[in-house]
Amino acid sequence: MPSPDPLAPPEIQSQPLTLDAISHSYGDALAVNEVTLEVRAGELIALLGPSGCGKSTLLRIVAGFINQTSGRVVIADRVVDSLPPNRREVGIVFQSYALFPHMTVAENIAYGLEARGESKATCRERVSEMLATVRMEGFADRKPRQLSGGQQQRVALARALAVRPRILLLDEPFAALDKNLRLDMQIEIKRLQRQFGLTAILVTHDQDEAMSIADRIAVMSKGRIEQLGSPVEIYDQPETLFVNDFIGSSNRFAGVIESAGEGAYGVRLASGALWNVASRKAFAPGDRVVATIRPEQLVLTDQATDGSIPVTLKLSLPIGGELIHDVETRSGEAFKVAAGRRPGEPVSPMAATHCALAPHARPVLFPQPAA
Amino acid sequence: MSGAATSETAGVEWRLAAPLGLTYLAFFAAPLLILLVMSFSVDDNLGGFSLAAWAKFWGDPFYRGVVWDTLRLGLVTVAMTTLFAYPIALLFIASGPGLQRLLLFIVLLPLLTSVVIRTFAWIAILSREGVLNQALLALGLTTAPLNLLQTELGLVIALMQIEMPLMLLPLITVMQQIDPSLSDASRALGGSKWRTFRKVILPLSLPGWIAGATLVFASATTAFISQTVIGGARLVYLPTLIWQQAMVVYNWPFAAVASVTLLVAVLAGVSLFAMLGRFARTTA
Ligand SMILES: Nc1ncnc2c1ncn2[C@@H]1O[C@H](COP(=O)(O)OP(=O)(O)OP(=O)(O)O)[C@@H](O)[C@H]1O
Ligand SMILES: [Mg+2]
Repeated sequence: MPSPDPLAPPEIQSQPLTLDAISHSYGDALAVNEVTLEVRAGELIALLGPSGCGKSTLLRIVAGFINQTSGRVVIADRVVDSLPPNRREVGIVFQSYALFPHMTVAENIAYGLEARGESKATCRERVSEMLATVRMEGFADRKPRQLSGGQQQRVALARALAVRPRILLLDEPFAALDKNLRLDMQIEIKRLQRQFGLTAILVTHDQDEAMSIADRIAVMSKGRIEQLGSPVEIYDQPETLFVNDFIGSSNRFAGVIESAGEGAYGVRLASGALWNVASRKAFAPGDRVVATIRPEQLVLTDQATDGSIPVTLKLSLPIGGELIHDVETRSGEAFKVAAGRRPGEPVSPMAATHCALAPHARPVLFPQPAA
Repeated sequence: MSGAATSETAGVEWRLAAPLGLTYLAFFAAPLLILLVMSFSVDDNLGGFSLAAWAKFWGDPFYRGVVWDTLRLGLVTVAMTTLFAYPIALLFIASGPGLQRLLLFIVLLPLLTSVVIRTFAWIAILSREGVLNQALLALGLTTAPLNLLQTELGLVIALMQIEMPLMLLPLITVMQQIDPSLSDASRALGGSKWRTFRKVILPLSLPGWIAGATLVFASATTAFISQTVIGGARLVYLPTLIWQQAMVVYNWPFAAVASVTLLVAVLAGVSLFAMLGRFARTTA
């Protein structure tokens, strides 16, 4: 008799989630501004943005804790705006985990099942299944306060997943964990999200977290989505200066468009160097622009080359496997250059005099922001 | 090193606590002892030993009835304040700062007026010609004015308003400390509002309720002014009895028996609430 594989994904139909022109105001303050977002079935989207940009508000609207001022929430072709939170089948994991402190781990996990009127036997079975899923067997009778942060996190996940939600929302679930544990839990969540075929939104203001875990990232600022795209797209082709600055570190150079060709521009930098930059944006010769470049796409040399900038090296710091050089142009603009560090290499290397684009470098052009 | 420091501060702490300790000893423990001795005395000179006062008190169904009435008054008042306090506390937790200030003011109002004024105000409301009866008559809800003064119902209504802050303040304090995301978590897991209240808010608010119930019970059973003014001559509770026996009849040993009984009754009620709370917590 073939026994069912315990690790096979349960038969769950992933459901798409659509946010349709959602706006929300607290009194006069607009917290979410016309957000439209389509989360595909089984996809994990990270909402990334600075504090106060409306990430939690958006999540609470999806969960049904607050009613948006305008716009619609659609789960699997069904508008759920009129449904109270307990009828939306949306699982949520909070930053504080929000485990019920007066219940044991098992009671916490069974809570949603009991609320749905499942039988005692089903509850017991599902609880032990979920405990196994999050690798917490043997903790069933503990109270939440007797668990470590990571263990509480697992229980919160198990509790949310026990009721087989259609959508999983995670509001900064890793914020209270230390760095190593955080990575473990990120992998864990990714695994569970795949296993359960969950459509998920993860709120974070940690860009590394968003980059590593999400299928797509929505970068938010002041209640709006600035850019939606895969982690690589967001990193390599930021659409706005805000996204560019928020994701990773990058250097800005002021310049002027000198020539316009087929999707590429000649940009004269303030230092006099001429860069040939590909861009899909429309510029005309004479336009003032900002060219940005990631530190790892620059190299230091000891001789002038095509498009290189004369610099002086101020400081070199070994950060893990990288060397970060702090350099300055003749006119006093400071920027950073990152290079892989070979083991045993002296920290302060050559007498670098110039900085040039690496062969694979892809600078990005933005219109000069109004001062 | 730290051990030496602690024992040093411990010595200081003992000396700091001494004045209050001595005050308690002189003005609390000693009178209590005298009261106890008095209840076994023959007369108010603390002379002799006799069980007469105790026998008379507990042998008479009227006095036993007074004890029971007093306990019941306390329990009913606790039940009624609980019934009204929870909705108010929930409303308080759910409201914004402006409404919270207003609610708090309304709740605290009884504490800011003198007991005597509050109690006489209730007479004006509860009497046969009072505001409540006039309203009921005008609305046609009753054909003859209800008798509320000198009834347990009227007394409980008045006590409820007077004792409400004692129930609400600890309850609100504890409920404010409950992480609001716990209710959210319950709701998202499919829990109805009622289930969320019953399974999450209620058990977690029990420490506040126990504190409140204890205060209300102790205060309602000993509310001499309300009991005498609203209860009148028809309703007799232990405090009234003690006053009558001590100040009118001058039977001090008997008054002492009633006092000790009241003290024990209040303590019993208080421990009952603590036990109830613990029981509910483990089974919720
Ligand atoms: N209950 C509320 N009443 C009034 N204003 C609120 C309320 N909750 C949030 N806001 C405001 O709405 C805006 C968005 O808040 P939100 O909590 O969604 O931000 P966030 O992106 O989650 O920030 P963080 O990263 O700090 O959690 C903020 O300006 C905040 O001050
Ligand atoms: Mg937030």
